[in-house]
Amino acid sequence: MSINNDQPDLQRRDFIGKTVLAAGAATVAPGVLLTVANAGSDEGVSSAVRWGMLIDTNKCVDGCSACVEACDKENGIDLIERPQGQSDEMWNAQRPQWIRKVKLRDTQTGEISNLPMMCQHCEHPPCVDVCPTGASFKRADGIVMVDRHICIGCRYCMMACPYKARSFIHQDIAEQLTSAPRGKGCVESCHLCANRIDAGRETTACQDACNQEGHKAILFGDLKNPDSEIARALKAQHSRQIRADLELNTGVRYTNV
Amino acid sequence: MIKTQYRELYCSSPRYWGGLASLAFIILVGLGAAFYMEHNGHFVTGMSNQIVWGLPHVFAIFLIVAASGALNVASIGSVFGGPMYKPLGRFSGLLSIGLLAGGLVVLLLDLGRPDRLIVAMTTYNFKSIFAWNIILYTGFFTIVGLYLWAMMDRKFEQFKRPIGFAAFFWRLALTTGTGSIFGFLVAREAYDAAIMAPMFIIMSFSYGLAFFIITLMAAYWWADRSIGDLRLAKLKNLLGVFVGAVLYFALVYHLTNLYVTQHHGVERFILLDGGIYTNMFWIGQVVIGGIIPLFLLYSPAFATSRFAITVASLLVLIGGFFQIYVIVIGGQAFPMNLFPGKEVLESSFFDGVVAGYSPSLAEALLGIAGVAVSMILVAIGARMLRVLPESLEDPAEGECV
Amino acid sequence: MGSLSGIRRFAGMVVGGALMLLATGAISDSAVTKGSKAAGLDTCVAPTAAMRRNHMDYLKHDRRETVHKGIRNTQYSLAECVECHAEKDSAGAYKPVNADGQFCESCHSYVAVNLTCFQCHRKTPENMSGNGTAMREGDQRQVFGLLQSVDQPLSLSRDELTRLHAKIEGN
Repeated sequence: MSINNDQPDLQRRDFIGKTVLAAGAATVAPGVLLTVANAGSDEGVSSAVRWGMLIDTNKCVDGCSACVEACDKENGIDLIERPQGQSDEMWNAQRPQWIRKVKLRDTQTGEISNLPMMCQHCEHPPCVDVCPTGASFKRADGIVMVDRHICIGCRYCMMACPYKARSFIHQDIAEQLTSAPRGKGCVESCHLCANRIDAGRETTACQDACNQEGHKAILFGDLKNPDSEIARALKAQHSRQIRADLELNTGVRYTNV
Repeated sequence: MIKTQYRELYCSSPRYWGGLASLAFIILVGLGAAFYMEHNGHFVTGMSNQIVWGLPHVFAIFLIVAASGALNVASIGSVFGGPMYKPLGRFSGLLSIGLLAGGLVVLLLDLGRPDRLIVAMTTYNFKSIFAWNIILYTGFFTIVGLYLWAMMDRKFEQFKRPIGFAAFFWRLALTTGTGSIFGFLVAREAYDAAIMAPMFIIMSFSYGLAFFIITLMAAYWWADRSIGDLRLAKLKNLLGVFVGAVLYFALVYHLTNLYVTQHHGVERFILLDGGIYTNMFWIGQVVIGGIIPLFLLYSPAFATSRFAITVASLLVLIGGFFQIYVIVIGGQAFPMNLFPGKEVLESSFFDGVVAGYSPSLAEALLGIAGVAVSMILVAIGARMLRVLPESLEDPAEGECV
Repeated sequence: MGSLSGIRRFAGMVVGGALMLLATGAISDSAVTKGSKAAGLDTCVAPTAAMRRNHMDYLKHDRRETVHKGIRNTQYSLAECVECHAEKDSAGAYKPVNADGQFCESCHSYVAVNLTCFQCHRKTPENMSGNGTAMREGDQRQVFGLLQSVDQPLSLSRDELTRLHAKIEGN
């Protein structure tokens, strides 16, 4: 990096503008330009979009955990070392799990369904309501996440979450990814790969992994854009929210469950 | 009427300092435990992502609830004008400050990031009942502090009643807030009930008074002062009423829940087949914390037995501890029903199964240290301030009419 | 101040002078560790004096932009501090910036200020630390060439941009 004047920022913006222009001119898909321009803006995320997910439980395969592994890798969860001498049960109860596979059977009909559970990114998130410091918050684009700079580790959000989506970091963390900071004593949960979205990408790690396996059970996108694939799918078929009785208007929805 | 003389709590040095030293030792051990927990992280405790609030929270909530109840005696004296309670007002204020401080110490030391206390004090989300509680707690210290001052300084005599009123309403708000911590949790079936707030208030009356009776008797034994039978009998009868009321509220709470089909699962869990939680409810909360104390308090056989009063108060506290344990831990252990009509066959995150919790020694030591912090504050306060009357002998006939 | 006798005043001046010397030593230009990328640059993302005095405020301001508003191309980013200021050891592996004698730690210990960033944040640059976790294969996207494919939409990460920036500036 070679910056010789006092206002490198302006130069950089200038440069980003040029890069984007060049890239845009060369790219066939015009949508890509839009995305990158968005990522570079100083406005930040906008409430004109709301990120969400649609999960087709019929396509979710029993025994497959590609999404969980991809999430662990994307967010550096696989870097967490198990404390010495900890039992399997305690390790499972204490390690962070942003996404988990759940297998269900209908008690009446015996129908089996598989689905991934994660933060449901509610429109009215109870975790945000209860957080004493405001560390638990909802971004303008609908992503619910934790600002771990001001999280005091009280775990009230974990008490309040109807989906058990949050994890507390119970131990010292030796190594993190640059894109996934993590430390003892704070609460964290799925943020729909916000780092990817901010970089202009429009897929989550779990979705990529599911597609790669050929299952295509996870669809991610902008709920507010009527032309997006997810919005069209939601319009076309019946889907449901988990614990719809709480009227939280979740951003993650399921079909065939 | 004989004027009440307040005097600092003097007793022989070895007795006082010995007691103080043993309390200090308990606190030191507890601080060591807290350091151990914070240094290693919470993985050394029994708490997990399933049971997120554990034994420290049980102790903390217990002490905080008791704290607001302990102020009751002062309120009866100055707000409702009960002459028998008036001389006890100062000590009641001191005790409530001590208990609250003890509870908050435990709560604070269990945070994931206790070093960010300053963040908790400066960054507020006003929609959070927890944030409101932080304000209620600090306000409680201030108001009760002023109340204590008004009771002790003759120059401020005229403020005693207004501040007493303020303190009374503040303590109601505080317990409502504490109860609402649970009452507002819509997600968990055991908690989502508005009755939580009034139930916590009546619980605070009972635990606070039990704490008051025990500490008062201990202080007077320590200092070789005497308490009159009549006064004790008043306190004792009041305790009986509160214990009965707590039982009544528990009954209403469970009856309401039983009426809601959706809540049958959690009721079955607490009342019938929840294992340790069922035992704690029936044996701990109902029998030890309710029926036996009621018997001890009201049976004519123990009418003047101070031993019976002490035991009854202790049992009320033990039963209260179990009650909060069942509410806090039992409520979390029962699985949340994410998929009504479905049973969970497989999950790596304990969906649909009762979460296990075995508290570690460190958690228990931290919690006990919280009680010791309360007691040491009260002991030091009583030694330095004139909060305890020289004598609590019953007034002569007809004086308290 | 009649109580200050001449000898005391003299001693005070000696001590004060020594402190000033120490202080200038501490803020001399050799603060950047040798062998880090920063050592080869003329200035940081802001003038050195401003960075020394205000870097914590800059970072604090921009972390809010990043976390709450999703703005990741802020002028001040901790990841970039690490990227530039991490020193390589003889084997070519990066040393953590908060290790003894390293850029962040040496100054923070000198002024006795707790360095809490790295309780949670990564302490070494990611792509070349050789720990296998960094920049996974999937992320090695073609950036500058005009070979964008539609299913791999264009995205420029912060450090990619910086590198390009440096290239254009003729470095």
